[in-house]
Amino acid sequence: MLELNDIHTFYGPIEALKGITLKVNQGEIVCLIGNNGAGKSTTLMTISGILKPKAGTISFIGSDISDMPPHSIVEMGISHVPEGRRIFPRLTVKENLEMGAYSVSRRLKTTPPIPPLARGGVGGVKSQFDKVYEMFPVLKEREKQMGGTLSGGEQQMLAISRALMSEPKLLLLDEPSLGLAPIIVSRIFKAIREINKEGVTILLVEQNAHAALNLSGRGYVLENGRIKMHGQGKDLLNSEEVKKAYLGE
Amino acid sequence: MFIQQLINGLTLGGVYALIALGYTMVYGILELINFAHGEIYMLGAYLGIIFLAFFTTVGLTAYSLPLAMILTFVLSVIFCSAYGFTIEKIAYKPLRNAPRLSPLISAIGVSIFLQNYVMLTQGATDKIFPNLFEKAGIEFIGARVTYTQIFIIAASAVLMLSLNLFITKTRMGKAMRAVAQDKVMASLVGINIDTVISATFIIGSALAAVAGLMVAIYYGLVNYSIGYIAGIKAFTAAVLGGIGSIPGAMFGGVLLGLVESFSAAYISSEYKDAYAFIILIIILFIKPSGLFGKSQEEKV
Ligand SMILES: Nc1ncnc2c1ncn2[C@@H]1O[C@H](COP(=O)(O)OP(=O)(O)OP(=O)(O)O)[C@@H](O)[C@H]1O
Ligand SMILES: [Mg+2]
Repeated sequence: MLELNDIHTFYGPIEALKGITLKVNQGEIVCLIGNNGAGKSTTLMTISGILKPKAGTISFIGSDISDMPPHSIVEMGISHVPEGRRIFPRLTVKENLEMGAYSVSRRLKTTPPIPPLARGGVGGVKSQFDKVYEMFPVLKEREKQMGGTLSGGEQQMLAISRALMSEPKLLLLDEPSLGLAPIIVSRIFKAIREINKEGVTILLVEQNAHAALNLSGRGYVLENGRIKMHGQGKDLLNSEEVKKAYLGE
Repeated sequence: MFIQQLINGLTLGGVYALIALGYTMVYGILELINFAHGEIYMLGAYLGIIFLAFFTTVGLTAYSLPLAMILTFVLSVIFCSAYGFTIEKIAYKPLRNAPRLSPLISAIGVSIFLQNYVMLTQGATDKIFPNLFEKAGIEFIGARVTYTQIFIIAASAVLMLSLNLFITKTRMGKAMRAVAQDKVMASLVGINIDTVISATFIIGSALAAVAGLMVAIYYGLVNYSIGYIAGIKAFTAAVLGGIGSIPGAMFGGVLLGLVESFSAAYISSEYKDAYAFIILIIILFIKPSGLFGKSQEEKV
């Protein structure tokens, strides 16, 4: 579904990604682990088009997306929950979700012939609201509150929900457990599993290597802008090298 | 006397607010002080004179003055929006990733260019806006309110309310707020940043065009440098209200108009233009981020 082929990304003169090749298949949860500064966030930002690779190609369901602007990549079906959640602080919870549906609301407006009933209610956006409110009921309660006033855990739920509003085929998640209490982390991981069960492919970046590898079918280990290892989640969990470097064992 | 000054102040304040909105919206999104914005206001006034003269020549003004005026407003707004849109594309967009000083210098360049362009094509002397509305008005608890004043106050209020609705209720309005808060995240949800920036320049320029044309009608005189002082005043109003804040610009504009009008009447009109800045200094002293500005801590 998604293929990165020898991707090189720079920040000015600094080469942050030194030839990343990786692959995510339809329906998988793939995780990307690595130390601080390894290039995990840079990889996701390059996929979603915020950063442009200097060399290499990115293809998504058969199309080359490496030259596309971010908004077109969202329209292709890739949604990105960035590191630090980046909730719009002075938009309400509901408005944050509406912005998540920005690309879809245009699709609905410009291609009218689908009768509303066929999409369940007043178009797809409405039913997507119901879906995320069902997954995280607290967001419904907080609907009218400003995004900036939510707690860290609520913000993460909102960030994931916002990303789901565009009905993505592929979800990029950057450290969703960062700074959250263990009980919230398990809520979030449970939600990730559910989202995947509904057919959304997931590329997950995590510091929390143990939980991430447990959740994922396959994993990649990133070090210094390069892929150091990859394999089945379970195999990586048992590998001596990963244990020593990332699991603190 | 009090009511009279109140009306005069509101008239002036409405105009300042309309111009201030353009400054604040562009600043909110690009963190750029668009020095050329005052010139858009000046162009609005000139275009008004040009179009009205044309309609008078072809006999439309004599046939129906309201129709001629409406068309004049519409055309000035369209032309000024086109100017605003083009200025952004030519002078600011190529510098979007340049150091912050570069687009600022570019803005000053555009401002100087437009002033000289109008001076060369329209002449350096004052132009007269035809006095079509005489000085008719109504008596109102001892004050004289002209129809032009009523029109300016009403039009400013309607435009500000509409802008508020647009920003809070529509898809594009919400996208503008999202872009102002976090451009990267706005791209990640699928907002085309370039479209939003263009829309911001178009809307700001349209408001400035209306302000320019209304002032031309109000004072009856226009020259190529009116954008300079009006621009500085409106910018002051935007800073007063908290630059980047839309309600702030509205409030700041009206406040500035009232302060000018009352201080000119009750203190002295000799320093009329200085009061704006005295108020600015006082407010920034008490609240550095402006009346409606977000303080630094909030801006995570
Ligand atoms: N905006 C930037 N400008 C310059 N260098 C950057 C920038 N962002 C990241 N880098 C550098 O690129 C490299 C990769 O950073 P990246 O943020 O992708 O790491 P990461 O694996 O996500 O780390 P973390 O676990 O801390 O989030 C690091 O060396 C970092 O210093
Ligand atoms: Mg990171």
